[in-house]
Amino acid sequence: MSLVMATVKRDLLLAARNPGEWLNPLMFFLMVAALFPLAVDPDPKFLSKIAGGVIWVAALLATLLSLDALYKADVEDGSLEQWLASGESLYVLALGKALVHWIASGLPLTLMSPLLGLMMALPDDAFPALLLSLGVGTPVLSLLGAVGAALTAGVRSGGLLLSLLILPLYIPVLIFAASAVYHAGIGMSYNGQIGFLGAMLALAACLTPFASAAALKLNLSR
Amino acid sequence: MWQWLVRLYHRLGSPKWFYEITSRWIPWLVGLSVVGCAVGLVLGLLYAPADYQQGNSFRIIYIHVPAALLAQSAFMMMAVAGAVFLIWRMKMAAWVARSIAPVGASFCLIALLTGAIWGKPTWGTWWVWDARLTSMLLLLFLYFGVMALQRAIESEDASHRAGAILSLVGLVNIPIIKYSVEWWNTLHQPATLKLTEKPSMHPDMLVPLLIMIVTTYVFFALLVILRTRNEVLWHERKRSWVRDLLES
Repeated sequence: MSLVMATVKRDLLLAARNPGEWLNPLMFFLMVAALFPLAVDPDPKFLSKIAGGVIWVAALLATLLSLDALYKADVEDGSLEQWLASGESLYVLALGKALVHWIASGLPLTLMSPLLGLMMALPDDAFPALLLSLGVGTPVLSLLGAVGAALTAGVRSGGLLLSLLILPLYIPVLIFAASAVYHAGIGMSYNGQIGFLGAMLALAACLTPFASAAALKLNLSR
Repeated sequence: MWQWLVRLYHRLGSPKWFYEITSRWIPWLVGLSVVGCAVGLVLGLLYAPADYQQGNSFRIIYIHVPAALLAQSAFMMMAVAGAVFLIWRMKMAAWVARSIAPVGASFCLIALLTGAIWGKPTWGTWWVWDARLTSMLLLLFLYFGVMALQRAIESEDASHRAGAILSLVGLVNIPIIKYSVEWWNTLHQPATLKLTEKPSMHPDMLVPLLIMIVTTYVFFALLVILRTRNEVLWHERKRSWVRDLLES
């Protein structure tokens, strides 16, 4: 347990000392969202209809961008071997790493999303839904993505591969989250969608660390 | 019965035994596929009555439905084979899982293509963002992911394990994906066949469909067995039994 705490602390410290790691995906998030008005139609009426979906797609891509590095350094510098040799539970470690990833990517995305909402003419009623859906949904993205990151940690140019593996698994989150924001925007209740996202979070938090732990072990046999 | 199954399972772990027993199975599988396909297609394409709404274009279900069914069950089989490999370290299971992936992906593609061909005259469009279509497309992406991952990892053992883990994660996700897209949007008719209900189709249409489904499973088994035999020969190429086989 103390090992996991130490790892979480170390990774957060690393992220704090190296702001590019979490700032770059944030800037990417902003830029992707800015492409849509430029490419499609800057009319606020039109934008307000697609805002929720666009912001969510941008968040998803930004998350993928930062996932690649999650385990790479640990595999390369031998930290992974040390964890395995220590006999600590890999399950808890995988959970800790996903938490770190969420704090460094999902949380800033969530906090910055209202700004994007303003730019995309998101209806006023939809802001709480946007924050809530990102707050509940991005941890699922981090947890699922951590499995892909563990699987591709030892693969050269694993970043693109990682996206191929993980994007189909992200679809349910995207559907429910974008629908929550959309329904909030037209004044309907969105409790159901947030409930589904919460259920996915519970399921992902219980199950994905098993897959991550198994995937981490196979990095040793290369 | 149970004892027999356990013995079969243990024997299947032996590549040599698998190769020899499947040599005897192959003629039967080929025969069944050819006969089943001939009977099913002739009955379905020539003798089944035309649908009162869709006319003759409905006949594509004799390819479409079996392919779609198989694409889904193949993923399940691949994941189960992967789990067997992860748990019991049975090499044969990894080879079977690897053999299933491209075959399952091909059936998935066939289902999507025949669906598009059927959709053009019936719905007036090649593609709609309907729940069933979308979930089949995502299934195809999952197959591609598994295949890409297996190919990207150089170490043989690690690539098998990675493929197995990803297909298990995919397996848990398939129902979630299916229900979320269904909830999101649906235009596709409800399933034609359900195990729990009496079929709503006329027997003249239903019998050829059932024949085609069984035949497609047999054909799938044949393809997977042939591919697995190649894997067996390649991995056991230095063993004496393979050398004897090659020399004779």
